[in-house]
Amino acid sequence: MPTSAMPESGRGAPEKSRMSPKSIALWTAVALVGAIGWAVLALSRGEEISAVWLVMAALGSYAIAYRFYSRFIARRVLELDDTRATPAERLEDGVDYHPTDRRVLFGHHFAAIAGAGPLVGPVLAAQMGYLPGTVWIIAGVIFAGAVQDMIVLFLSMRRDGKSLGQMVRDEIGKVGGAAALIGVFAIMIILLAVLAMVVVNALAESAWGTFSVTMTIPIALFMGFYLRYLRPGQVVETSFIGVGLLLLAILGGGWIQDSSLAEYFVWSPETLVFCLVGYGFVASVLPVWMLLAPRDYLSTFMKVGTIALMAVGVVIAAPTMKAESVTEFASTGAGPVFAGSLFPFLFITIACGALSGFHALVSSGTTPKLIQKESQVRLIGYGSMLTESFVAVMALIAACVLEPGLYYAMNSPAALLGPTVETASEAVKNLGFTITPDQLTAAAKAVEEQTLVGRSGGAPTLAVGMSEIFAGVFGGAGMKAFWYHFAIMFEALFILTTVDAGTRVGRFMLQDMLGNVWKPIGRVTWKPGIWITSALVVGAWGYFLYAGVTDPLGGIKQLFPLFGIANQLLAAVALAVTTTLLIKSGKLRWAWVTGIPLVWDVAVTFTAGWQKIFSADPKIGFFALRDTYAEAIDKGELLPGATNVDDMHTIVLNNTVDGVLMAVFLLLVLTVLVNCAVVCVRAVRSPVPLPSTEAPYVESRIDLPEQSDEALVGAGR
Amino acid sequence: MTARHARRWARTVLWYLRELTGEAEYDRYCERHRRHHPQAPVPSRREYDVLRTLHREAHPQGRCC
Repeated sequence: MPTSAMPESGRGAPEKSRMSPKSIALWTAVALVGAIGWAVLALSRGEEISAVWLVMAALGSYAIAYRFYSRFIARRVLELDDTRATPAERLEDGVDYHPTDRRVLFGHHFAAIAGAGPLVGPVLAAQMGYLPGTVWIIAGVIFAGAVQDMIVLFLSMRRDGKSLGQMVRDEIGKVGGAAALIGVFAIMIILLAVLAMVVVNALAESAWGTFSVTMTIPIALFMGFYLRYLRPGQVVETSFIGVGLLLLAILGGGWIQDSSLAEYFVWSPETLVFCLVGYGFVASVLPVWMLLAPRDYLSTFMKVGTIALMAVGVVIAAPTMKAESVTEFASTGAGPVFAGSLFPFLFITIACGALSGFHALVSSGTTPKLIQKESQVRLIGYGSMLTESFVAVMALIAACVLEPGLYYAMNSPAALLGPTVETASEAVKNLGFTITPDQLTAAAKAVEEQTLVGRSGGAPTLAVGMSEIFAGVFGGAGMKAFWYHFAIMFEALFILTTVDAGTRVGRFMLQDMLGNVWKPIGRVTWKPGIWITSALVVGAWGYFLYAGVTDPLGGIKQLFPLFGIANQLLAAVALAVTTTLLIKSGKLRWAWVTGIPLVWDVAVTFTAGWQKIFSADPKIGFFALRDTYAEAIDKGELLPGATNVDDMHTIVLNNTVDGVLMAVFLLLVLTVLVNCAVVCVRAVRSPVPLPSTEAPYVESRIDLPEQSDEALVGAGR
Repeated sequence: MTARHARRWARTVLWYLRELTGEAEYDRYCERHRRHHPQAPVPSRREYDVLRTLHREAHPQGRCC
């Protein structure tokens, strides 16, 4: 029987606490690599630079941050203690709690936090140029995102794996707890709607994409039955078969596109919305082994494989950045992709790649129950998030290697671009960039799509960028269409996984909440209860999805800021909780570690939220836009974007709903923040420490000399 | 790179994949089961998978954005 321990290569003598000359030389070199990368980024003015400099700046900064800042947090701030037994050791039950090898857990945790967010956000943020985005993705992850993930993971681990919501309820208060619970649920609905919209925009009117993504359902079902009845438990084997079938499905899509069957797979956005909603409902009520579990395996394999491929592609192809380093939209705020100026909207748009509130839910879920040794919080919490940030950097590169003209022709709202390549070319010219109608047609033809005009949502842009990079390394220009659809498939695959899993999680949350009011609905085995709550969750995100897809002004432009603000507000909750718990445990002098990112994040989200609600500029403010269109309806006029009176009414309704939702989010988060502030003041004034739910010290019996904190430092990132 | 290196490398990758996908959980479960209930028969792979899915059914794990 194979043991769970991997043959470990022997390590040298234990490192001394003072740095050796060799290690000083190594870290000086690493610092130099990062510094050279940054210097090239900073000094290039006007000329096109290679993406390699960006990669160097990122990797150099990550290495330094991991080696020094995360170690400082581990030792000084959190005082990680490897003699203390983790919940995985104390409560080991072989199911929820069991000590897991740190490398395996790193993979688990990374697979759970990485999704479509860091791929889409940076693509949209490329509107402001690559420089502001790069700076925020790297600085944000080092000082905010990775810190949040690591400390939430630590706090949850010290509390036997409690969820963020439970920690708020137990340690902050009932009011904050209730607000956090409702907030998390509402934020998740928007998240699912926006992600689903990315899929719809990527698949609409594309026979190839629709066919290959549809095929993932029978493939997943086949894997489910194979795993359950033919080869129980052979997950690795099944996953390889699944990935093989998936690649065949991508190739098959190309064949379908050229055959007479193509018309059956060209679906309108509205049809796709109904398919997705139906799929979401069915997937969330079917047994997990049929669809959800196998899809999860597929998506993890594809995710890790593609990200590795992308890193290799970027380094080998070393593409040149065609976008400007900072565009005029950064200061004017009049960009076509998303409205608003750099502060706060760049930070809102990038979201997950630098700081993601959602990670706080994963970091306080399964992962803390599996940690073997306290010091591993550093690799798993901080390290995984650095990797995620690197994915965001690569997405940004993929968007910036495109000709700016093509980028704007793809990402501007349809209302601006008009129906044909000629009108789109004209619209791009008005924005200050050039692309001829012939170039637009050729670009679409190269990836075998009917058109690339107005394919907003981030996924198609990323896919074109990736096909550009991959084709330069593997297979040449003839493979472009394959790589494009490979990228679309890979994004759609893990967005759909998020939609399945998210709907299910949402259903449990709703059952839990409604169960307080009416007992039977809370029972997780009562079928009608499951169906009703699933339908409610699917209906909620389905509504926003439909509204977004049919929005005459472009759903991504309208809803993506809401998604970004929601995510960053959740981060504000997580950072407020971590700051409060640090202060409660008598670490006031280290409270700045999460306090500074908290203040920054609150400034960003509340400024953005405030502008979205109260701005008099109809490009930014939901209500300002609503009023403009409502007045025009009274006067019997049609405004740009609307082709008839119904469109006008849709715009008025959508903006009212979005504005109200924005206000609700802000109020819920404000409630949690005020509650946290009260607890902080109480903790500082109290002569004795306030009660904590931290589990008492128990001595660890697991002895892992080769995995001590020092050894981890030697292991690199 | 010698054949021995390649084999070792392949073994490490397989070990990692088995651990990552949870395929290796069954081995761990059996070992634990034998330790705690030496008299009781160990569940078959199929029985274990049914238990595992039931557990997963009741503990949904969210995926991130």
